[in-house]
Amino acid sequence: MATLTQSVDEKKKIYEQEALITGAEAIAIACKLANVDVVTAYPIRPYDTVMQYISQLVADGEMDCEFIVAEGEHSQFEIVKHASACGARVFCGSSGVGWMYAMEALTVSPALRIPMVCMVGNRALDDPGAFGVEHNDALAVRDLGWLLTWVDSAQEALDTALIAYRVAEDRRILVPLAISCDGAFLTHSQALVKIPAAEQVKKFLPRYDRGDLLLHPDNVISVAPQANEDWVMEVRRQNYAVTEITCDVIREVYADFERTFGRKYGNPFFEEYMTEDAEVVLLGMGTLSTPVKVAIRKLREEGKKVGFVRLRWFRPFAGPELAKCLERFKAVGVIDRDFSFGSPNLSGVVATEVRSAMYTGSSTRPPVLCFIGGLGGREVTVPDVEKMTDIVFQAAQGKAQPLTQWIGLRG
Amino acid sequence: MAQLLAVEIIYRGVFQKTLAKNITRGIVLAAHNEGKLGISFGRYGDAPERNGIPGKSFAIVASDEQTLEAGMAQYEPKQVDVTVVLDDTLCKGTESWAWYGLRPVNSALKPGRTLIVISLQDAPTLLKNIHRREQPYKLGIVKGIASFSGMWVFKDDHTDVRVLGTIAKALPELFGLASVEKFINEKLKSSLKVTSARTAFERFSAVDVKPGQGNPEELFKFDLPGWGAMRSGVSIKGQPQGGPYADPVTKELGGFRPARNELFKKYSTRIMRPVVNFATCTKCTLCWLNCPDASFDVTPDGTYDANLEACCGCGICEAVCPVKDCIRMVNESEFHDNNSQWVEFKKDKGAYLKSLEATIQKAEPIEKRTHGFRYRGQYQEQVPAALEIANKG
Repeated sequence: MATLTQSVDEKKKIYEQEALITGAEAIAIACKLANVDVVTAYPIRPYDTVMQYISQLVADGEMDCEFIVAEGEHSQFEIVKHASACGARVFCGSSGVGWMYAMEALTVSPALRIPMVCMVGNRALDDPGAFGVEHNDALAVRDLGWLLTWVDSAQEALDTALIAYRVAEDRRILVPLAISCDGAFLTHSQALVKIPAAEQVKKFLPRYDRGDLLLHPDNVISVAPQANEDWVMEVRRQNYAVTEITCDVIREVYADFERTFGRKYGNPFFEEYMTEDAEVVLLGMGTLSTPVKVAIRKLREEGKKVGFVRLRWFRPFAGPELAKCLERFKAVGVIDRDFSFGSPNLSGVVATEVRSAMYTGSSTRPPVLCFIGGLGGREVTVPDVEKMTDIVFQAAQGKAQPLTQWIGLRG
Repeated sequence: MAQLLAVEIIYRGVFQKTLAKNITRGIVLAAHNEGKLGISFGRYGDAPERNGIPGKSFAIVASDEQTLEAGMAQYEPKQVDVTVVLDDTLCKGTESWAWYGLRPVNSALKPGRTLIVISLQDAPTLLKNIHRREQPYKLGIVKGIASFSGMWVFKDDHTDVRVLGTIAKALPELFGLASVEKFINEKLKSSLKVTSARTAFERFSAVDVKPGQGNPEELFKFDLPGWGAMRSGVSIKGQPQGGPYADPVTKELGGFRPARNELFKKYSTRIMRPVVNFATCTKCTLCWLNCPDASFDVTPDGTYDANLEACCGCGICEAVCPVKDCIRMVNESEFHDNNSQWVEFKKDKGAYLKSLEATIQKAEPIEKRTHGFRYRGQYQEQVPAALEIANKG
């Protein structure tokens, strides 16, 4: 981890270093800065780079934590679940089918109010066994009470990891949170990242406090009893109460992040790129933002007013806010790096959610097209984006288009 | 005219789950012989697969499809025309495994309808345990030994058909004896069982129970909290540790009584209870150590008192006790309170030991029994008594 430069802004009291690191490495450094107590690991590509970096930090004496290599992902997530219940700040993660193997541990954590922070190195689900990015792994927990966010740069990965601990460990929230990083595109490529000083992080991130939910001999409680139909609905309602306030808490934390570190993310839930005067927009999550932005700049030179909305938080899904944003445009093209077989209009997950949000949240209801592309790590190319934009423009002009189309597929 | 009738079977989990199911199936099929429609089902929230936990099975029978649907539109019948109690120790009330509090066995019975209990006891004795209620009802006894079997086996001792014959007498609008006989002939294919059903029909009679007659015990109950009042994180506050308690005679503090959950009592899970001879106890600690439910209070004397709030009647204490007849498991129907045995002993040792001597005469042989439940070969031993009941009534 070569440190390149050290910059100090005495006026703002912001001290940071800059380093050339991968997205996974950025999250490992965030774990060090957050002073994580327990890390569990089990190798699966592309998540495994983060465990590699954390183990190196531990070996180098830079980070003090319990680093446990479990015998599988299920145990990996169970161990951090229990450690978190005992008051430890925890980190773990996985990819693809590894994440699915942990599924039982993933499903129980929200109800038990476990604020585990995880990195999902997004990977296609087997079969076929493939290493490349697809978002269906992380999306598998979308209805279970997890918070899910997608980042598109190593810098955002580091910042979001710090934000993640603040949000997840907030006493009003206390649910697990997964940061999705596109396999290879983000997990394995190095970029220049500004690393904040530990003192600053300490100011931003208070000690993890579970209050009376702490599993400790001095606070005798029994966790996760068997219950019948007289209790389950009330437990679910408690998790629903969390979802009612999560957006507000996330807004608070981003505002505080900006105050502390001086880096500004604007609207936490989605990033808008060249949307001010746009007639149509594309929408997507993760690293496909790069070819999309490049293509948009090219298309703008040709006079085509297209913009891009990058969804950062999938759970919570800022439905009303997103609908208000999207109703300004004549048509929306959602690029899904996932699939939702058998869903309404046979679309991807994100397009289905966007349409649902638009149905209640917008007055205009422009056509929302779904493009399924980039599966299994396939590149979403600039010409792909140009082609999708062209189709969205046609829809905007009232020319009927199929609601779901596959892009970058061999015919 | 539309007619809707419901029967509730209260049984012991595992030991009687197949029996209960067979009876409710028989009810529906016998009624179907008269052109009626019905369904048979078990209460899902209970634990048919937990040893001894009270469970319920139901049969709903209706004159037509829409009336049946109206009966099925609720989770389980709130009012029934017949309640059958398959083990008389259940007369003390039932709690499902999720612990709603104690429910009397007659609580769902419509006014004037019939409660049927399988028992060797008489009505006045059973009414010491069956809670009083405001509406009158009828109590009928099917004389018999509670039919217990295991998870995967069914003890074919005719209890099912005897109950069906009894119901035909108690609730003729549900079905007549002829329909029960037709069901047995066609589905069970046994003329001997037809005889059993007919004999039960002929012998059955019920007594009137007046309002207010029965066990006056205040029911243990609690209110379910709303979601906002519940602790979050699916967590329950632990119990305090407990501590010493007073000798009833000297008032001196001593021993150790663990604090116990206020909402979690095991009064109705027991088929038997341990009775303790405090005079012969050697204070070896084995019962206290081995009790899986920590149900033993350490008395100020240093002996061990099975606390009946916490004891589920498993019988491990009896199995591990090295002193002859110091701890014996006795059928729960012999008892009508949950008082501390040690307190009784301290108040009057002579009287306690004398009554203990009589009580343990009723204990089942310990040698072959494991963990308080029934044992291999027990059925054969019961056959002479069962035959006598069959022959003489």
